[in-house]
Amino acid sequence: MTLVSETRSIRNGERLALAKVPQLPLGELQSWLDERIAAGGQLSALFGVPLDSTALALYAVTTAATSGTIAVAETVVKGRYPALTPRVPQAHWFEREIAEQWGVVPEGHPWLKPIRFHASYASGRDAWNRAAGEAILPGVTDYFRVEGEEIHEVAVGPVHAGVIEPGHFRFQCHGEHVFTLEIELGYQHRGIERQLVGGPTKRTLHYMETLAGDTTIGHAAAYSQAVEGLSGSAPPLRAQAIRVIALELERLANHVGDLGALAQDVGYLPTASYCGRLRGDFLNATAMICGNRFGRGTVRPGGVGFDIDESLAKALCEKVEAALRDVEGATRLLWTTSSVMARFEETGRVSRATASELGLVGPAARACGIDRDIRRDFPSGYYRFAQLPVSTWHSGDAFARAYLRWLEVNRSARFIIEQLRALPHTTLRAEVGPLEPNSLVVALVEGWRGEICHVALTDDDGRFAHYKVVDPSFHNWIGLAMSLRDQQISDFPLCNKSFNLSYCGHDL
Amino acid sequence: MLKVLGERWRQGHRTISWPAGAPPVLPERFRGLPVVDTSKCPDGCRECAKACPTDAITVNGSLKLDLGRCLFCTDCMEACPEGAIAYTQDFRLASRTRDGLAMDGSALALAAALDEKTRRLFGRSLQLREVSAGGCNGCEADVNVLSTIVFDLSRFGISIVASPRHADGLIITGPVTQNMKLALRKTYDATPPPKIVVAVGACAISGGPYVDHPEQNNGADSVVPVDLYIPGCPPHPLTILDGLLRLLGRIEDGTRRAAT
Repeated sequence: MTLVSETRSIRNGERLALAKVPQLPLGELQSWLDERIAAGGQLSALFGVPLDSTALALYAVTTAATSGTIAVAETVVKGRYPALTPRVPQAHWFEREIAEQWGVVPEGHPWLKPIRFHASYASGRDAWNRAAGEAILPGVTDYFRVEGEEIHEVAVGPVHAGVIEPGHFRFQCHGEHVFTLEIELGYQHRGIERQLVGGPTKRTLHYMETLAGDTTIGHAAAYSQAVEGLSGSAPPLRAQAIRVIALELERLANHVGDLGALAQDVGYLPTASYCGRLRGDFLNATAMICGNRFGRGTVRPGGVGFDIDESLAKALCEKVEAALRDVEGATRLLWTTSSVMARFEETGRVSRATASELGLVGPAARACGIDRDIRRDFPSGYYRFAQLPVSTWHSGDAFARAYLRWLEVNRSARFIIEQLRALPHTTLRAEVGPLEPNSLVVALVEGWRGEICHVALTDDDGRFAHYKVVDPSFHNWIGLAMSLRDQQISDFPLCNKSFNLSYCGHDL
Repeated sequence: MLKVLGERWRQGHRTISWPAGAPPVLPERFRGLPVVDTSKCPDGCRECAKACPTDAITVNGSLKLDLGRCLFCTDCMEACPEGAIAYTQDFRLASRTRDGLAMDGSALALAAALDEKTRRLFGRSLQLREVSAGGCNGCEADVNVLSTIVFDLSRFGISIVASPRHADGLIITGPVTQNMKLALRKTYDATPPPKIVVAVGACAISGGPYVDHPEQNNGADSVVPVDLYIPGCPPHPLTILDGLLRLLGRIEDGTRRAAT
């Protein structure tokens, strides 16, 4: 097989002329995918772009961590096609999305259901033969059913007990014992991707900053990287450094918040209280840079919106150092308290094999021992010049997902301090010219939840012909479902928090 | 046990003294209430209105700024050739009415307290159920922050409860997606009357960045009556707390001139 060498590889954020995307017959695309995934690759995106009223182009984006390269291939399908999922399980959620959006049917898909509950974008075509105009109710669909006299079903959501986003969870239980959990989302669907076509517009950056509000920097960075790749512009070094500082601060705030929430869910209040406050300290550090706790306005195509001058850098260093000391004290309590450890260990275990087969990303994957991190494997921006070590843990349980966060907190905080002390002296913004027409770019960023993948395609006029967003949660929701197998239903909050996935980032 | 006590000692007391004492110092670049110095506006200039991502600014003879749509971004400031737009450090933004958020140079009335009868019911104990109905989870995050030791919401007798049956009202975030409309309606109906509704954030007030998308409903008051609007994208926790305390009559310091 010489398929891989036939496919042009690109780097993170590198523009590729659409004409150079190999167009493969479906069978060849399947073998190409098989080969890439078998070699340890990840299916980072798989999406449909309508060609005309019947034909749909399917784009597959695979990423190979060992070589740091990204490969793209395209095939054309009509109406029905043999599903890729049976041989490439990583494709399962993507193919459900494609079916829902474009009304094509991936035949042989093991569990073909909607993921967001909206009408098909292709008029007159619906994967489930629903009539046009028929009301589509979220969460109303088939569910896995375990039959038996003593089996009961537990349904939770969309409105939950805490202040969290809406989603529906369906458990098949025998007493406290959970056989399966199925997760239905789509309640947060606000139609962002469709609005991106024809852009960039004055709203585009704001869509990016609110794809998932807790990942404002991550998504804005991926978007900016895509625009910079398409326009052939490069942000000045100082701007690149400020971006990674902001991205690592975002990771710190969320990881620390999660450590507190995990403590809360096992009823250990000291750490819950301290980390609740400390998360705010990191958010406030971000607000010192840009005025907003979530980093709005920090990342702009071509650079950043705000500078970190010497006195601010010093103040930030002190703030991060102090907060890190307090986080260390707060989390040490977790690891040395046996009642906490008894709840964390062996709860919600996901095996490495399952994680890799389903294509989990980010801390959820690294907690299963998968050594993969965009910052190291596909470095872009300032990560090409300043590295930080990748953390992994092997046990795949709630403890691993908690402990991994602490490892990353420690490393990110030290990294930020290092960068703040050596900011390059350049301008903050480069001019961003028009986008190259008929091009494609793949932008990858390691957000705090894991791999953020944006794929932008331009038309003849250099406007977005299509814009695909893959939030890390898109890959990882199935991981949460797997972690609940053969667990106690009372462990659900702990497992859920140990993943802490985004509903809005998934629903878009 | 000793290590827990030791850590408790080390972490210290962190609850802010506001509103009894001064509010915490906000970062220099914090974007609170926007002000427009219209005397600087050149005739016929519409640069800010053109740049505003949600069309919160309109110029029809006079300039109007709808705080309910404002994302508190910097696009208008950067577009303004005269530097006429600035954000102040003022975090107090809540209003009892949707129209009250339209700043057109007249006085902006901060939220007034509930009527005497309702205040007698809720003034010292207010239980709220949060409904996240679209949006980006930013507002939810900063509503959550109110329950941390820093803001310690329960010292005001306000708490967030797990069921609408236990609640005196709702906090709504998000533009109300089509897929959450029914759930919101049901949650509202399940809340026993008398009840109040608080809309938090640009999405819940106007649809925010998603205004006019067919997948959503341009805010909470398209589905349920709203008693308090708290602007921001997302509003700072202090802004939310200020709004809630005003509603309960725990803070009263009248109206404030808008500088437009």
